[in-house]
Amino acid sequence: MSKENFEETMTKLEEIVTELENGNLNLDESVQKFEEGMQKAKQCNKMLEEAEKKITILLEKDGEITEENFDAE
Amino acid sequence: MKYNAVTVTQLNKYIKDRFDEDENLNAILVKGEISNFKNHYTGHLYFTLKDENSLVKCIMFKSYAEKLAFKPTDGMKVMVFGSVSVFERDGVYQIYVKTMMEDGMGDLHEQFEKLKAKLEKEGLFDQTHKKRIPLYPKVVGVLTSQTGAVIRDIINVSTRRNPNVHIRLLPVPVQGPGAAEQIAEKIKIMNEKKLADVIIVGRGGGSLEDLWPFNEEIVARAIYESELPIISAVGHETDFTIADFVADLRAPTPSAAAELAVPDVYELKEKIISYQNRIRQSLKKKIELMKLRYEKCMKSRVFTDPTRNIKDRYIILDTYIKRLETRIRNIQKDKQTRYVEIVAKLDALSPLKTLTRGYCLTEKEEHIIKSAKQLKADDEIKLKFYDGEKNAKVL
Repeated sequence: MSKENFEETMTKLEEIVTELENGNLNLDESVQKFEEGMQKAKQCNKMLEEAEKKITILLEKDGEITEENFDAE
Repeated sequence: MKYNAVTVTQLNKYIKDRFDEDENLNAILVKGEISNFKNHYTGHLYFTLKDENSLVKCIMFKSYAEKLAFKPTDGMKVMVFGSVSVFERDGVYQIYVKTMMEDGMGDLHEQFEKLKAKLEKEGLFDQTHKKRIPLYPKVVGVLTSQTGAVIRDIINVSTRRNPNVHIRLLPVPVQGPGAAEQIAEKIKIMNEKKLADVIIVGRGGGSLEDLWPFNEEIVARAIYESELPIISAVGHETDFTIADFVADLRAPTPSAAAELAVPDVYELKEKIISYQNRIRQSLKKKIELMKLRYEKCMKSRVFTDPTRNIKDRYIILDTYIKRLETRIRNIQKDKQTRYVEIVAKLDALSPLKTLTRGYCLTEKEEHIIKSAKQLKADDEIKLKFYDGEKNAKVL
């Protein structure tokens, strides 16, 4: 699964903004870019929302690494 | 008198046995400064250990030398552990070193400068080798002590910037013997198992000795070889370590490292919203522009008075037709005049007029007879009068 990461999606969004603002596209292309841009923005937001707070500690035992929740207090 | 001499070999054997029997010499810890260091191609290390007054030869076999975590060099103050024995062939005693560790830090500043110069020359600090820190790492790996302010600061700053951040702490000792090896090892583990998108390696402030693991070559090399981008955060703003020079990004403090590694989600969201607005504005502008163009077209005479052109053409057509009619009439008139003239002339010349006065035309076989000689008796002729004709026969 080669899913775009946040940075790549954000970069594409920025490119679309620039392209649209340059105004060299015809109306059809503009509408298409608009839809694509809105889609990218949605994806970015989704990726930000998707993340879940996790503070974990990796423990090594006999060469095996296990992950546990970590409480810094 | 009989001399009871022993051979050199016997002597050296005797002395060797004496040494080997001595418990103190079998397991001894000696400290001194390395000189005359030779790394033999076989992998064995030969050197001399000295202090102000004396020196002793040392050998460290390959199997032991391989396990060394550092590279001994001339002038290094070390402690060696091993046994003292005699090399019979040469009649010398030497320390057979099993392990060696750096004794104190010696002149740390000098070591720091030396290592820095060496690694810089090797290209470990090259900007071109530095990896970019990802804009939005999914997992932030942290290599530091499990206890203390550093990890707490990093967690606090990170969660403030992104409440949904994922921080993965891989605890390492950050000072004391073995810390450097541990740090290097853990950097490798993070890389091998791809446990993070970016790694913060750091510790809080302390003395130069405390910070020393971050000035060790093994850590520098591990950072250099790491495929995951590394942010160094060692001590305070004024503390610079070798790790800082090799790292892809140097943070002045652990809190600053968290700021560099974790993007502010609220800022990112603002940015996305502003992009969305700009996209909307652009499209709106485009559509308005199109509308203006459309309206301009619609205002053109072609659309406001579409029959106007046709009407204009009609008018032109009508004038043409009028001119044509006049012209035809004129031609007709001319021809008529000419006709009347010709008819009058014709009339004047017409034999018919003469016929009315009592003349007649004589024809024979459709030919007009102009002379009596043309006729003979019994010729059938036709006499044409003004009002008709009669057949006749010449007598």
